[in-house]
Amino acid sequence: MQEMRVVLAGFGGQGLLFAGKVIAYAGLIENREVSWLPSYGPEMRGGTANCSVTVSDEPIGSPLIMDPTALIAMNQPSLLKFEETVVPGGIILADTSLVTRIPERDDVTVFELEATNMAEDAGLKGLANIVLVGKLLKETQFCAPETIEDAIRKAVPPRKAALVEKNLQALKMGMEN
Amino acid sequence: MAEKVLMKGNEAIAESAIRAGCRFFFGYPITPQTELAAYMAKRMPKEGGTYLQAESEVAAINMVYGASAAGARVMTSSSSPGVSLKSEGVSYIAGADLPCLIINIERGGPGLGSIQPSQSDYWQATRALGHGDFQMVVYAPSTVQEMADLAYGAFDIADKYRTPVMILGDGMLGQMMEPVELPERRTELPDKPWATTGHGNARPKNVANSLYLVAEELERTNFERYERYEQIKATEQMAELVDCEDADIIVVAFGASSRIARTAVRYAREEGIKVGLSGPSPCGRSLWTRSPQPASMQRPTCQSR
Repeated sequence: MQEMRVVLAGFGGQGLLFAGKVIAYAGLIENREVSWLPSYGPEMRGGTANCSVTVSDEPIGSPLIMDPTALIAMNQPSLLKFEETVVPGGIILADTSLVTRIPERDDVTVFELEATNMAEDAGLKGLANIVLVGKLLKETQFCAPETIEDAIRKAVPPRKAALVEKNLQALKMGMEN
Repeated sequence: MAEKVLMKGNEAIAESAIRAGCRFFFGYPITPQTELAAYMAKRMPKEGGTYLQAESEVAAINMVYGASAAGARVMTSSSSPGVSLKSEGVSYIAGADLPCLIINIERGGPGLGSIQPSQSDYWQATRALGHGDFQMVVYAPSTVQEMADLAYGAFDIADKYRTPVMILGDGMLGQMMEPVELPERRTELPDKPWATTGHGNARPKNVANSLYLVAEELERTNFERYERYEQIKATEQMAELVDCEDADIIVVAFGASSRIARTAVRYAREEGIKVGLSGPSPCGRSLWTRSPQPASMQRPTCQSR
């Protein structure tokens, strides 16, 4: 399978680092090479947060992604910052609850999803991140559907086990839209 | 085989050190190393160990000195500016011939520099962390798995040669998560007959000390210590060579940079350019003391794959 290099970017608190961890766990479960690298530092406090996740069949060199095959953008500044880096033929997932200006590139596929509003309307506030992981899975099939459910069970810490079910609902919502 | 888990490099070092029998951690927070200390704060009490956030880096390294003198497996961790602050204490520890593990998750320098990843403490780590021309075993991992493996083995090397050992990582390795298989817990640790454990006059006293007012006595300790350094160089250095047999160009790299170099070598090979990679880090147990590349290349222990 092709290497997937995904950049997840948005505000701190939207759960992008966690969403990246779910994707990384999916790769681990399928015995592929994975790396997860967060942005760290002052930008995490109130500003933008992002992480780079690579899932590959080859040993991963740089965990820092300069040329993503997929971008998940959960706010406008993040989309602006990363949209030009996506490789031709790549995809951009934009949470159009928060992103108003859609990229004009014609060499990438842009998917618009009001993930934040959808999650909130369904009683899944704060799980737009996982809705978008579901959408990414639907559009790229980076792992088997049952794998991603296991990945969520692994990524959710034991003390928050009650949230697994809601995460699975959010995932389903993303995969069906 | 143990189950692989996703862990940050910082956390993997901490867990692995605990499994190696480390029961004392003294440190002071600094980005991008803080997860290591935070992990120790959570885990050490459950292991019956001691986690202590000292009032400064200087205090922390001197606590390491004390715990090591008493025979404990002990470590500290910091990032570049903090490691500079520890340097005096490390020299004392080397002078007293005590084992310990020091982690440097490097950030940019000099000065307070930045908090982003860097490899700019290379010369400090391999040439002179403190005064007195002591030498130190330095490991340079390039993956989270290597961070776990090297932290585990570092305590054995430190105990065997009674020397401080450093793991030289960087902010990228410390912050990134990769799958890692953690080592088994150590159940038996080496005896330390030199430790200052209290003995009720049952044996001659042990002293941990780095001050010698009689010059000849100091000279004797330095000769003896340098013999140990030579033994370490002869028996413990390791390197990996990748695609070097027919190479016209050999790239030398360590740490996070060696990961990137490895990809570059692969691309170059695909284009028919005969490039190889060498370094202490890429796949395995990797180490240098003082003369990193030239000496390590003389002793390839790990074949290309």
